[in-house]
Amino acid sequence: MGSVSEPQSPKASPASTGGAGERAFRWLTSGAGLVVVAAVVLIGVFLIVQAVPSLIANHANFFTSAQFNTGDANNLMFGIRDLLVVTLLSSLMALAIAMPVGLGIALFLTQYTPSRLARPFAFVIGVLAAVPSIVYGLWGILVLAPVIEPFAQFLQTYLGWFFLFSPGNISPVLTGTIFTAGIILAIMILPIITATTQEVFRQTPRFQIEAAQALGATRWEVIRMAVLPYGRSGFIAASMLGLGRALGETIAILLVIRASTSPSHGSLFDGGYTFASLIASAASEFSQPLPTGAYIAAGLVLFVLTFVVNAIARVVAGGKVNG
Amino acid sequence: MRFQRRAAAIGLIAAGALLFSACGSDNNSGGGSAPQAAGVTCGGKQALKASGSTAQANAITGFVNTFEQTCNGQTVNYTASGSGAGVNDFTGGQTDFAGSDSALTAAQTPAAQQRCASTPLNLPMVFGPIAVAYNVAGVTDLALDGPTLAKVFNGTVKTWNDPAIVALNPGKNLPAAPIVVNFRSDNSGTTQNFQNYLNAASNNAYGKPAAQTFNGGVGAGAKGSQGVTDATKSTPNSIAYIEASFAQKAQLPTASIINAGGGQPVPLSTDNLGKAIDAVKVTGQGNDLTLDLTSIYKTTTPGAYPISLATYEIVCTKYADPQTGTAVKAFLQTALSPQAQGTLTQGGYVPIPDAFKQRLSTSVNAIS
Repeated sequence: MGSVSEPQSPKASPASTGGAGERAFRWLTSGAGLVVVAAVVLIGVFLIVQAVPSLIANHANFFTSAQFNTGDANNLMFGIRDLLVVTLLSSLMALAIAMPVGLGIALFLTQYTPSRLARPFAFVIGVLAAVPSIVYGLWGILVLAPVIEPFAQFLQTYLGWFFLFSPGNISPVLTGTIFTAGIILAIMILPIITATTQEVFRQTPRFQIEAAQALGATRWEVIRMAVLPYGRSGFIAASMLGLGRALGETIAILLVIRASTSPSHGSLFDGGYTFASLIASAASEFSQPLPTGAYIAAGLVLFVLTFVVNAIARVVAGGKVNG
Repeated sequence: MRFQRRAAAIGLIAAGALLFSACGSDNNSGGGSAPQAAGVTCGGKQALKASGSTAQANAITGFVNTFEQTCNGQTVNYTASGSGAGVNDFTGGQTDFAGSDSALTAAQTPAAQQRCASTPLNLPMVFGPIAVAYNVAGVTDLALDGPTLAKVFNGTVKTWNDPAIVALNPGKNLPAAPIVVNFRSDNSGTTQNFQNYLNAASNNAYGKPAAQTFNGGVGAGAKGSQGVTDATKSTPNSIAYIEASFAQKAQLPTASIINAGGGQPVPLSTDNLGKAIDAVKVTGQGNDLTLDLTSIYKTTTPGAYPISLATYEIVCTKYADPQTGTAVKAFLQTALSPQAQGTLTQGGYVPIPDAFKQRLSTSVNAIS
């Protein structure tokens, strides 16, 4: 634009390089960035606008009540306590299973497998990600749940003194529980964690690995000294992506976890709803604004929860990826 | 609520097979399974719009098939959006009639009156039996009565060998295992009707409000009729209320019910529910046939099965547009024809017994 001089060498400061193409590209990328922000803001505004009237009309404590009664629009009584408990328990259990397994798979694929085997392996994991969640749900309740029931029974009998394994609020039913759902969710988020972590591990600088080897490190020591420190934040970021998926999973959870009429016991053998599955279960009946707003208020909490989880992940990862 | 979606699919396939096998013969019935109905005055608006109850959606599908065969070029577009939405659409003038699991309430009637500029009618056109299905090893002939069912479903009776159950089932080998109650986790007219039954038949010993959600305070919920059926099938010592067709397809045993008249346990069957419908009390005035369902729940007629779902068509006595009135009348006349009633059993519904059908015919013929 203003510059009349000849194009300068690439070493010139970015501010001085003009050119319409440069500016257009900058606007395009900023625009793309803004779209994400705008989408998040718009969803947030939508949730708040829809939820506030119902929250005002709510006769129960929104944060501590375990009931979700929206049958009478003039007497809404809803709270998110149990939704939060079931959502967190199932997602954290999934994470507890999927994180070590995903880490193991990623290390196996990047450090132990020759690349001609790693490729088909990665493909199989990709297929796992492509299975529709309703299939996971049906498989979970019809096939997996009866198979793991004896194991759940074993845990409840011998570790029942620990609150996570105490008899749940749908006892004696041990099939459609948070326990079953946690395992399904773990399988569902495994490909997300594995794929991302594997990519990060693959980026470990060659010279770091070779330096470790030159010092006489065994393969495990190479992993511990070079690969893991390099990929730690990437692995955590991948796990948080998986957690986000688990928190928001809807139809598989709806099919697997049995509903309960009594409040949560905080046990893995409880039934109930997560935020997402509750909304899905009632979505066909959204005809009146106030009861609908109650469910949207629950959705708002899930939205905020996901925000918090991401923020925590940033802090844990040290604010940078590949540190 | 879904009545036999799978059966509908099988029916479609069967219909398709019929169609193919009918190639070459002089068969002009496109749908195959829906013959023409007699005694219907066709005409009026070509495509009627209606919405509402999911409980009667499959019954309406059968009616519409027969209607299309009977009245060339006429059809009904029924959206199964739930009873509440159906009534709202109807009073808002967006649809020509509504399907609803309950009659218009006192609060809803004025709006419907205004929309029709005439008296709105509640016509109970579709009845579906609710089965009490159970999964107890070695027991296939369980008998229960209203008060005992109420205690099972509110958690007062906890084990299968409870004296209350044993007293009704002398000599049967009932286990000492806890009873697992399976209920519908989604909002459902089945749940509402069943809880209404529990309250009525136990003289309020059930003691829980009869909403579309299960309020018994025990058990584990599953989504949809199929979910509850699967759960009952896979959970030993469990019991559930489901539409009869689901229990039959899953080959789950269903309890015989001792009705409020005492006497022998009544097994679930079309005829036995028909006996209860024939004896039903109507609280509606004139052509309005709002039912007092308590008279079914608390039926004392010997051999009458007392647990049923009744769903209504809500229509105007006189439509502002006579074309619409003619078409609505033609459709409901078709629905009452033996041909359309014959499609009901495979959807898990009960054909309307003759005596009550007479009353419905009178009301339908008054529509204009």
